[in-house]
Amino acid sequence: MTSTRPQLAFALMDPPFESARTTTAFRLLAAAAQRGCDLKVFAYEGAVLLPFAKQQAHPNAVHGRSLEEENHPLPKDIVAALIAEAARHGGSLDWINCGLCVDERGAGEAIVGVRRGSPSDFWQMAQNACNTLVIPTRG
Amino acid sequence: MPNYLFIESRGSPRDTFGCTTASALARGGASVVLLLVQNAALAARHGAHAPQLDEAAAAGVALLADEFALRERGIARERLRPGVEPAPIDVVIDRLVDGWHVIWH
Repeated sequence: MTSTRPQLAFALMDPPFESARTTTAFRLLAAAAQRGCDLKVFAYEGAVLLPFAKQQAHPNAVHGRSLEEENHPLPKDIVAALIAEAARHGGSLDWINCGLCVDERGAGEAIVGVRRGSPSDFWQMAQNACNTLVIPTRG
Repeated sequence: MPNYLFIESRGSPRDTFGCTTASALARGGASVVLLLVQNAALAARHGAHAPQLDEAAAAGVALLADEFALRERGIARERLRPGVEPAPIDVVIDRLVDGWHVIWH
């Protein structure tokens, strides 16, 4: 049976902790997840580190804050929350990391729910989706 | 005629690609919306130097500014330049689902 939920594809390229574009991308994915969309995300270049499982929160000795006080947000937790949010609203979020980009960066250990793929997966995503948004690396 | 949503995230008035392209498409008869996000929302302030927005508005481009970006920067609705409306980020999802061309250059 074919899903009647809108399927949207997104390409992300920015690495974690670097750009406001990533925050905006997460907000877009959250808005779409809350509508029950089926979301396809292709992470390319530095974006493959967004769901990297070994990200760690840290205290901030310069500001004298403990780990808890610092409450450092980690992109891997946001990705996991987005996957859960999509499922909670009856949709899905399928996250594919570009395999070559992963290998270059040693980013093979991703959180549960993240798959390895190639740019041809993004082409397939765009073919199947009702629309696609590419988020560039500048802006 | 296709519909277009341009997402502009850069704050410099020298970055005019989005506005220029949006204006040209609007003059050609397309429905065009320009959404200012991140630092581009600074140009939405009344009195900010952003002639590209005036040009886009004159061409018929609908100007929106991301509510979240405005709040982050302490820009109240009454401080917006004429013609700019605050909008939730959901407008991007609405337009994607409706089949608009959504371009973040």
